[in-house]
Amino acid sequence: MKNKLIELKDLTKNFDDQQVLRGINLDIYENEFLTLLGPSGCGKTTTLRIIAGFEEPSSGEVLFNGIEISKLPPYKREINTVFQKYALFPHLNVEDNIAFGLNLKKVDKSVIAQKVGRMLKMVGLEGFEKRDVTLLSGGQQQRVAIARALVNEPKVLLLDEPLGALDAKIRKNMQSELKKIQREVGITFIYVTHDQEEALSMSDTVVVMNNGEIQQIGSPTDIYNEPENRFVAGFIGESNIIEGHMLQDFLVEWDGFRFECVDKGFPENEEIEVVLRPEDLDIVSPDKAQITGKVISVTFKGVHYEILVETEYRTYMVHTTDYAEVGRKVGLSLGPEDIHVMWKMGAY
Amino acid sequence: MKQYKHLIKPYIIWAAALIVVPLIMIVLYAFTEEGNSVLTFSFTLENFAKFAESTYVNVIVKSFRLGIFTTVLCLLLGYPLAFIISRCSEKSQAFLILLVTIPEWINMLLRTYAWMNLLSDNGIINNLLEMLGMKPVSMMYTDFSVIVGLVCNFMPFMIIPIYTSLSKMDKSLIEAAYDLGANRFQTFRKVIWKLSIPGVLNGIMMVFLLSVSTFVIPKLLGGGQYMLIGNLIETQFISVGDWNFGSAISMILAVIIILFMRLMKKMDTQEE
Repeated sequence: MKNKLIELKDLTKNFDDQQVLRGINLDIYENEFLTLLGPSGCGKTTTLRIIAGFEEPSSGEVLFNGIEISKLPPYKREINTVFQKYALFPHLNVEDNIAFGLNLKKVDKSVIAQKVGRMLKMVGLEGFEKRDVTLLSGGQQQRVAIARALVNEPKVLLLDEPLGALDAKIRKNMQSELKKIQREVGITFIYVTHDQEEALSMSDTVVVMNNGEIQQIGSPTDIYNEPENRFVAGFIGESNIIEGHMLQDFLVEWDGFRFECVDKGFPENEEIEVVLRPEDLDIVSPDKAQITGKVISVTFKGVHYEILVETEYRTYMVHTTDYAEVGRKVGLSLGPEDIHVMWKMGAY
Repeated sequence: MKQYKHLIKPYIIWAAALIVVPLIMIVLYAFTEEGNSVLTFSFTLENFAKFAESTYVNVIVKSFRLGIFTTVLCLLLGYPLAFIISRCSEKSQAFLILLVTIPEWINMLLRTYAWMNLLSDNGIINNLLEMLGMKPVSMMYTDFSVIVGLVCNFMPFMIIPIYTSLSKMDKSLIEAAYDLGANRFQTFRKVIWKLSIPGVLNGIMMVFLLSVSTFVIPKLLGGGQYMLIGNLIETQFISVGDWNFGSAISMILAVIIILFMRLMKKMDTQEE
């Protein structure tokens, strides 16, 4: 990738006696759409607020273009934020909200009008200049908030769960629109969300966080297909997580079965965990598979069935478009590329 | 809902008897001559003409000057206090607001007597000064003592509405202003102050109305010679016995106050 824009080094943060961040190390690049993903209370919003300057880290460094900025107040940073509840100024109309930053910089009035107009066009709110922001819909307020931040031409845009308050349909539209805007303005977006689908569909890089620590950094496909540990596998999509052993490179064993896999580099006989995505498992006749069991439940989910297959050792979750009635004896087939081996939690 | 509608009737009667009738009486008194019997009125504007005398005009000017001064002082002292309270933790906010309102639990008369004790020539402050070897200062029966009394009595009416508008303000608006490049001072001027204006106007209205029409505090802390419009009305009714003139002054005061309130309302809606 290109140049490093922001570097977080050993960032920690304590609120009273509670440790919210436990050593965050993260490089953020130019033009990157990076998402901080994790359950509530994982420290993702705190990380964002430290980058924005609303919080000071308890220890560690924030480098922006190689310069330490963790003590710099927010108004001196080339970073703008889109807030969770938009935080539009209720006493100003759409135009004055967007022009707020430019007015502070004493930019020429005609230049302001021109820039505000261009922003409104980009977010699809042409002609809304004089509207009262409190009378706009949630989606429209969100667009104004994005325009208000981007008009200052920041190097980085921070977005704190910006779609959280919107309903499902508008959310989907805004997702693709945000991605489009990011490509158009060509700056770094740092996006905070607890919605794994949102993270996977929009980001270049996903940072999965839990308990104040980074669990995994990677592209959406890496995160989904090669989760590094049980937490990531469990948080992103649904999965069967099975304890087993890595016998040697490309050979894994669990429940007494041996499977070929595509993973290597683990010590011999290392205790590991295997992730099997429910949609990677196929239901076949019992004589065609190593793993056999009995269907104990079938749930219709719209696109697929969710079938639970109970074997001698454990229950597997399968997503398939094929129907199998409860009580039938079935086999589960899986190929080497369907097996994702990961380190056991706490092993590193 | 409809069957409960007639339940309001007793209150209408109550309000009519205790509010509307006295008001009509005041208007009637203001426009009539002294010594009317129930059936024969002689209408006159003399009561209002009488007010045009410079002594009375001076009283009203003095009252308004004092009212404005008290209001400005309450605003200058109250706004920072309300601002500081609204920035405290939620627990201490509740406690501090309690402290602000506690004096209001005690009768105004008692509070004013307490100030007399503090300020009088051999009061607590002068005793302290004496102990420190300084000359006693005469503070009672001056503008100073009256203003101290007014400000102390009416300060909560300024603090509470300002505090309310500040504390219900979304904190992320302040962060948004910082984020968009406003320093602390600009953030205050362009966001915090602007959003607290409704509270400020409410506070101004309350304190001004209370201080312009007060008569107990100037009487006790300003002495018998200290004549404000409230005292003037009081003496007309109680000692002089000229109810007609007293009513006319009340009406003049009421009209000025109504005009003032309309002005404030207008400012309020313009802000929005």
